[in-house]
Amino acid sequence: MISYLIRKLLNTIPIILGVALLLFVLLNVVGGDPTYQMLGKHATQQQVTELRKEYGFDQPLYFQFGLYLKQIATFDYGDSYAYKRPITAMIYEGVGPSLSLLLPAFFLTTVLSLLIALMVAYFRGTLVDKVVVMVCVTGMSLSILAYVLFGQYILAYKLGWFPISGYEQQWPDRIQYLMLPIIIWMAVSVGNEVRFYRTAILEEVNQDYVRTARAKGLSEKMVFLKHVLKNAMVPIVTNVVLEIPLLMLGSFVLESFFSIPGLGNITIEAFHNSDFPVIKAMATFVSLIFILGNVATDIIYTMVDPRVGLQ
Amino acid sequence: MNSRAWKLLKKERLFLVGLGIILTYSAVALLAKFGMIASPWDQMVGKAYEAPSFADYRLWFGTDYLGRSVLFKTIHGTRIAMSVGFVTCLISTPVGVVLGALAGYFGKWVDDGVVWFYTTLSSVPNIMLLMAIAYVMGRGIFGIYAALSVTAWVGLARVIRGEFMKHKTREYVVAAQGLGASHFSRIFRHILPNVFHFVIINFSIQFVAAIKSEVILSFLGLGVQGQPSWGVMIDDSKLELARGVWWQLAGATLGMLFIVLAFNVVGDALRDALDPRIK
Repeated sequence: MISYLIRKLLNTIPIILGVALLLFVLLNVVGGDPTYQMLGKHATQQQVTELRKEYGFDQPLYFQFGLYLKQIATFDYGDSYAYKRPITAMIYEGVGPSLSLLLPAFFLTTVLSLLIALMVAYFRGTLVDKVVVMVCVTGMSLSILAYVLFGQYILAYKLGWFPISGYEQQWPDRIQYLMLPIIIWMAVSVGNEVRFYRTAILEEVNQDYVRTARAKGLSEKMVFLKHVLKNAMVPIVTNVVLEIPLLMLGSFVLESFFSIPGLGNITIEAFHNSDFPVIKAMATFVSLIFILGNVATDIIYTMVDPRVGLQ
Repeated sequence: MNSRAWKLLKKERLFLVGLGIILTYSAVALLAKFGMIASPWDQMVGKAYEAPSFADYRLWFGTDYLGRSVLFKTIHGTRIAMSVGFVTCLISTPVGVVLGALAGYFGKWVDDGVVWFYTTLSSVPNIMLLMAIAYVMGRGIFGIYAALSVTAWVGLARVIRGEFMKHKTREYVVAAQGLGASHFSRIFRHILPNVFHFVIINFSIQFVAAIKSEVILSFLGLGVQGQPSWGVMIDDSKLELARGVWWQLAGATLGMLFIVLAFNVVGDALRDALDPRIK
C-alpha cells in the first residue's frame, strides 16, 4: 500500500511540472508582459520599471520559471499586488470559509442525490421515474446564476428566511449565512447527479448477481441497498471526484455573491483587480489540490473495488 | 449516422422537438447576425424599466435601464451564444479527434505525449483555466472563443483514444492492413467512421458546455463587452431585482434554458440511438 501510494505520488510530478509550464506560458508569455495587465494602459515609465523589478519580470523567462517552481515547492507565492500581503496567508485564511461552505454542500448533495437515484431506479420505467428524470434535465439546463439570483431574491429578500449575504467568523453564527448558499448549490447540482447515479444503478440492476440475490428470496429493498449500491460504488466514486472542479465553479460564484471570504472570492477579486501574482498563485494552488484529489480517488478505488489491484 | 439509428430517432418525439428548437435558435441567430431581425438592439423603444406588455412586440420582455428592448437583447444574446457554441465545436472537434486518434492508434510515446498534455490541461480546474485564458487574451468574444477551444477538446480526445485502442487490433483493421492500407487510411477511412457516433454525441455536450461557460465568463466580466450577451444581461439584472425588475433576468434565463434543454434532450436521444451499450 505504501509503495503504491509513493508510486502514485511520483506519477504526479510530470503533471505538476506540466501544469506549472502551462500556467507560466499562459500567464507570463501569451499574455505579454504582466506589468501592463497590472498597471493598465496609462502607466508611467517609472512605475513600469519599478514593478518589473519588484516582481522579477525584467529577468529572463527561464529564470522567472525557475523562481515560479521554487514558489510552488516552498509554498510561498510572494505578496499580493493589491493587498501588499503574503498570498500564502491569504490562502490559509480562505480555506476555512471555503470548506465550511463546500463540505456540507457537497456531502448533502451527494446523499440526497443517491437517495433520489435509488428511489427512481426502484420505480424504473414508471411515471415517477419519467417525471423525476424530466425535472432533473430541466433543472440542470438552468444557469447557476439564475438559481443564485432568484434564490436570493425570493428566499432572502422577499421571504426573509435567510440573510441576503454576509459572513461571520464565529461558529454558531456562521451557519445562518451558509444555509442559503448551500441550499442553492444543492438545487444546482442535484439534477445532474441524480441522472448520473440513476444510470450507474440501472446498469447494475440487470446483472446476474442481482437475479441470484432475488432468486434466493431477498426483498427488493435488500437487493438494492446491499447488492446494487455496493457494486455501483465505482462509478459513484468516479463521479464524486469529477464533481470537484465543478465545486470550484460553485465556490467562485456563490462566495462572490454571498460575500463569503473564501478562495473563490479571493480569485474573483484578483481578476477584477488584475492582481497578477494572486491569479497565478490561485490557479496553481487549486490545480495542485485537484491533482492530489485524483490521487486520493485512486486510493479509494482500491478500497471499494477489489478488482482494482495495487500494481 | 446509420439508417437504423435515424429510424429510431424519427420516432422520438422529444428528439424532434429538441432538434426543432435548435434549428429555430440557429435561424434566429443568423437573422440577427445579418440585421434582419431585432435591429438595432441598442435604441430606446420606451421608458427605462418598462414592464413587459403586449402593446408592441418590442415590449414583450419589457425594457432595460436605458429603455432598450429586452426581447432584442435576448435575441442578440442568442446570436452570441450560438456563435460561441458553434466556433468552439468547430475548432475543438477536429483537434480532439486527431489527437485522440493518433494517441490511441500509435500508442507508445505518441500516446504518452498526448495523455500527458490533456491530463495537464484537465488538471487545472476548467473554470480557472477559462478565466485565466480569457484574462490574458483580453476581454471580448475572441478571448472566449480561444478559452473554450483550448479546453473543450480534452473530453472528446479521451473517448476517441479509448475507442481507437479497442479498434486498431480488430479484424477489419488487420484486413485493411493486409490489403496495403496506409496508417493514414486505416485511421481516417477505416476506424474513424466506426467511432464517429462519439463525435456526434460529444458535439451536443460541448455545445451546452460552451454556452454555459460563455454566460459565466461574461457575467464575471471576462467575456463579451458592449454586446448583449446573456451573461451580461444577468449581471445587469443583479441590481435590478431589488427594484422588482425581474424581466431582464427572466429573458436571459429562459433564452438559455430552452437551447440547453434542447441540446440535453437531443444528446440523450442520440446516445440512446447510436451507442447500443448505454440504455
